[in-house]
Amino acid sequence: MGESTIRAVDGVSLEIAPGEFVALLGASGSGKSTLLNLIGGLDRASGGTLQVMGRELNGMNGEDLARYRRHTVGMVFQSFNLVPTMTLLENVELPMRFAEVERSERATRAKEALERVGLSARMRHRPSELSGGEQQRASIARSLVNRPSLLLADEPTGNLDSRTGDEVMRFLEEFHAAGMTVLLVTHERAIAEKHARRLLTLADGRLVGDVPTGGVQ
Amino acid sequence: MKANDTIELAARNLRESVLRNSLTTVGIAVGVASLVAMLSLGIGLQQLANRRLARSGLFNTVIVSSRDNQAFGGPRQRRTAQDDKPSPPLDDNAREKIAKIPHVLEVYPDMRFMAEVSAGAKPQFVQVSSLPPSAKDREAFENLHGKFFSAPDAAEAILQDEFAKTLSDKPDSLIGQELSIRYAERAGTAERSAPGDTGGGNAVDELVASGFSVTRRTKTLRIVGVTEHDPEAGMRVGRAAVFVPLPLAEGLNVMLGSDLREMVRSSYRGRVYMALTARVDDPSRVQPIEDEIKKLNFSTFSLLDAAQSLRRFFTILDLFLGIFGSLALAVALLGIVNTLIMAILERRREIGIMKAVGAADSDIRRLFFAEAGVMGLMGGIVGVLFGWAIGRAINGGTNIYLRSQQMPSETFWAVPWWLVVGAITFSIVVSLISGMYPASRAAKLDPVQALRYE
Repeated sequence: MGESTIRAVDGVSLEIAPGEFVALLGASGSGKSTLLNLIGGLDRASGGTLQVMGRELNGMNGEDLARYRRHTVGMVFQSFNLVPTMTLLENVELPMRFAEVERSERATRAKEALERVGLSARMRHRPSELSGGEQQRASIARSLVNRPSLLLADEPTGNLDSRTGDEVMRFLEEFHAAGMTVLLVTHERAIAEKHARRLLTLADGRLVGDVPTGGVQ
Repeated sequence: MKANDTIELAARNLRESVLRNSLTTVGIAVGVASLVAMLSLGIGLQQLANRRLARSGLFNTVIVSSRDNQAFGGPRQRRTAQDDKPSPPLDDNAREKIAKIPHVLEVYPDMRFMAEVSAGAKPQFVQVSSLPPSAKDREAFENLHGKFFSAPDAAEAILQDEFAKTLSDKPDSLIGQELSIRYAERAGTAERSAPGDTGGGNAVDELVASGFSVTRRTKTLRIVGVTEHDPEAGMRVGRAAVFVPLPLAEGLNVMLGSDLREMVRSSYRGRVYMALTARVDDPSRVQPIEDEIKKLNFSTFSLLDAAQSLRRFFTILDLFLGIFGSLALAVALLGIVNTLIMAILERRREIGIMKAVGAADSDIRRLFFAEAGVMGLMGGIVGVLFGWAIGRAINGGTNIYLRSQQMPSETFWAVPWWLVVGAITFSIVVSLISGMYPASRAAKLDPVQALRYE
């Protein structure tokens, strides 16, 4: 009793080309985060196929999926998801530890990533000592250190004021301009229309809209 | 993730909850300490017993006798084909051969004889025995009143306590006094017969035997000590009342019981001994040396079996002490399981983050394993130090009590290097085993669920 299967994402069929900046819109519970988690290799689909750069994610074992998360995708979350007990530098180094990057290179790359997001002066601080915007920038730096080709951002401005949110979005635009594929999940249509080139809309787990926008030029 | 990164992250995580992890580590340390303390006492007692046995001279000694004479050796040994061959004479030639066997420290004859002893009072007819210089280190002389012989051939005597009491109400007052012994000297043609010379025939035998003479002699000795314990206990039948240096006894050319036996043999073989004592450098080599001596066609006897029984007893004792000691460690291990499960609950989100940025299940499992291992290592090191201190304290406290009872101090506690290494290794291994379940649970966490956790 009380058991029923809820299909968070159902019958969604879409293709994203390399280098695209796509925004995924929808109300709460529409399935956008679930779709993002499936693409990010954090979750597994119960059916269908999901191919990223020619590789079928559903057929991967746990180790392969971890390797995929490590090298192919970078993730930015609404709640930043920095390890609170680590400094910013340690947080940014963390993905490289799992990628078995040498200690000296690890430090260099982490510092470069933090410099790129304007946090070189705060690298010895813990997340609790930083503002929300700074934490999100650190989170972006962390998502880039393993040089992924796909950046998945789940409501990256959701916990930020509009000015700080714009700052974060500018970074995403920069990375897109450098050739990275960006998939942005948001419920703010204005942000999606301003920054993305393609707008996907989900409702009750189904894709109900797929339109181009003015977006980033 | 590389091993050094895993350990570094594990140590880092442990530092973050320093109080809880320290308490868990102290729990492990107490468990290891109880194990080390128990075993250190068991090992110490075993070493004390071994030291005592070694000093008693019982367990590194082989008594050698002729196969023709089964007076020594306790139970009769199984007959072999060699038994049918005549045993060679147990003379100085045999003594030399046995002394050449590797690991034999010395071989000396059983020189005991009856003598009339007088020290002022009425003369008494008692057994006199001789002791080699090495007997000085025997346990029996640990509480010797007076001192041991000043030189190997000194004209000195040590009295057995019971006998000394028959001479004086205050046995210690005899030390320094003179004692005269009247004994039978073996003299005449026997000296002209080379050791091992078995003679050429009956006529010669009779000639040699007929030339054997016995002369009554008196020797004055100075009493240098009185011993409460019998230095030959367990090795000789009967109890001697007076002990003299072996080289002195050999120089006196005393007539021994074996001389009388040789006189009545159909073939006289010169001076032979009733028994020889071979002292071995290590009790573990007693058996091979016994086998070597048996090849020379002599009978042997040792207390090796008794030593083996003792070793078995201590092995069982150590096992029981180890089990009791491990009980505290078992309780401490539940602490590790508890701490790590708490850590999973607390760090649920962190595990999700690690998985999101590329950690595999195996990385998370190894990380929790490493945390358990680091706690085991630290607990092991601290526990060994605690255990060492507890053992030392028990030893010290017991010695205070022993001294208050006018008893000598003893060291019955030992922490050998292998116990240190073994206890730390054991602590790490059991900690890793305790960490298996929490590590597996952490590795299986669903990253999406973990990231949602607040």
